Amino acid sequence: MAVFANGILFEGVDTSDPNCWKIEAYQARGGYQALKKILTEGISQDDVIAELKTSSLRGRGGAGFPTGLKWSFMPRSFPGDKYVVCNTDEGEPGTFKDRDILRFNPHALIEGMIIAGYAMGAARGYNYIHGEIFAEYERFEEALDEARRAGFLGQNILGSTFSYELFAHHGYGAYICGEETALLESLEGKKGQPRFKPPFPASFGLYGKPTTINNTETFASVPYIITQGGQKFLELGKPNNGGTKLFSVSGHVNRPGNYEIPLGTPFAELLEMAGGMRGGKKLKAVIPGGSSAPVLPGDIMMQCTMDYDSIAKAGSMLGSGAVIVMNEDVCMVRALERLAYFYHEESCGQCTPCREGTGWLYRVIHRILNGEGRPEDLELLDSVGNNMAGRTICALADAAVFPVRSFTKHFRHEFEHLIEHKTPLVNHKWC
Amino acid sequence: MLSAESLAKIDREVAKYPADQKRSATMSALRIAQQEKGWLATETIEFVANYLGIPPVAAYEVATFYNMYDLKPVGKHKLTVCTNLPCALSGGYDAADYLKQKLGIDFGETSADGRFTLVEGECMGACGDAPVMLLNNHSMCSFMTREAIDKKLAELE
Repeated sequence: MAVFANGILFEGVDTSDPNCWKIEAYQARGGYQALKKILTEGISQDDVIAELKTSSLRGRGGAGFPTGLKWSFMPRSFPGDKYVVCNTDEGEPGTFKDRDILRFNPHALIEGMIIAGYAMGAARGYNYIHGEIFAEYERFEEALDEARRAGFLGQNILGSTFSYELFAHHGYGAYICGEETALLESLEGKKGQPRFKPPFPASFGLYGKPTTINNTETFASVPYIITQGGQKFLELGKPNNGGTKLFSVSGHVNRPGNYEIPLGTPFAELLEMAGGMRGGKKLKAVIPGGSSAPVLPGDIMMQCTMDYDSIAKAGSMLGSGAVIVMNEDVCMVRALERLAYFYHEESCGQCTPCREGTGWLYRVIHRILNGEGRPEDLELLDSVGNNMAGRTICALADAAVFPVRSFTKHFRHEFEHLIEHKTPLVNHKWC
Repeated sequence: MLSAESLAKIDREVAKYPADQKRSATMSALRIAQQEKGWLATETIEFVANYLGIPPVAAYEVATFYNMYDLKPVGKHKLTVCTNLPCALSGGYDAADYLKQKLGIDFGETSADGRFTLVEGECMGACGDAPVMLLNNHSMCSFMTREAIDKKLAELE
């Protein structure tokens, strides 16, 4: 798989070197200098958070929430247990960037999480890792051991008064645990069912203590911001969209893989980097931010730049940066049916609108696909969706509804054709 | 009920959490038990619960919620094939169909000789390597073309 580095996370990382992830290699690339700078120069918690705010770093897990602001919500100067939690439960279809961070540069994440602990007054952190990437979980455990031996974790780090422990926890097959409060429940050894918010994790998180949860890529971006300055990070991207970002490109391209590029790069350039369309086929549609993001027709996508604001303006969201590319041979009813099945399968069952609604969506799309659709089915999908979105504890219901709304909006004629003629408009080929 | 080696592994997991939060180790303890036993029988789950000092139902709840725990015996090699959209666009269904044909079983079935169980999986977070297949829960097999499947199965003979 291709990893194209033109940013900060994989800068100087030779992914063909089997030892590129080790602490010696990381330190040779300037690793742990940010932590040393903070502890030896006595940079204050407030100054670390201020630097993050300057950087305009936004959460890389999907929501795009400003990281500096999130960190400032923690009661950092109050005594008592506080936790830093990393969300590496990467299961959003199309997303595979955090796996590569653990594979090739895990110490950037470890250093970022240590700095987070310092800035928020937490003495303990956990990284929750998707169960399916077990080899990466084991590698992360090895990297943690290296960091402990080097004195970057444990008591009185680098001779300072700051002490911090960090551990890895693995999931075991549940998409819902990528939702931050479900993740906390799972980390506590329970079913991963989301909690009501408020209270928010910053006041009532892991074991009921103040907790901040960030995505892997977010934490891993922090060391650069400390050593190079928030302003420099911001300038890598564009205003309100600081930095470079990893885009996971999958589907009908010649070179699927992770591409780290400045936010604001035109989609056309990203497609070109990924080798263009496989077999020279025509671009039909793109899901720009993971399966939960609304799909966009190819011609709209070709006008977009890859940043939070441009994609939002086009009616979708940048999400986790998972770009799923589809060519002209894809029947959009069939593509949507597969996604609807996923959400039905992964609904945790806690809220009735989601538990029942995801099944309704799947069954109705399934019958349309199989030539058994009824004239009222598109209205029915709308109605079911309206009874799901915004009516549940977490956003999984909304995530299930977004694709349905966007597929039936932009490719309505394919649904109508199937309902009317009982056969698909497109002679579907997956690949 | 579990070997000394497995218990030592569970102890290492328990040590990751605050002393009064042993329950947090439930997921890894069940995983370790499953690795030793091949699957999770009710008595195995109860043993894990008792070992951690939590109610059996709490461990059972976890074992039934997460889909990588096997609550029924599976073949010596469990093959989980991803057919989610990104994998499908790169041959996920072709890989699945080829495996079904080659092994003579459908999703959710185990071959008569007890060697293979085939499972349809959801996104494993490795879509850049599509199509992917997970071998025995922990080993990611990338780019599963027909040739790659033949090669992998030959290694498992």
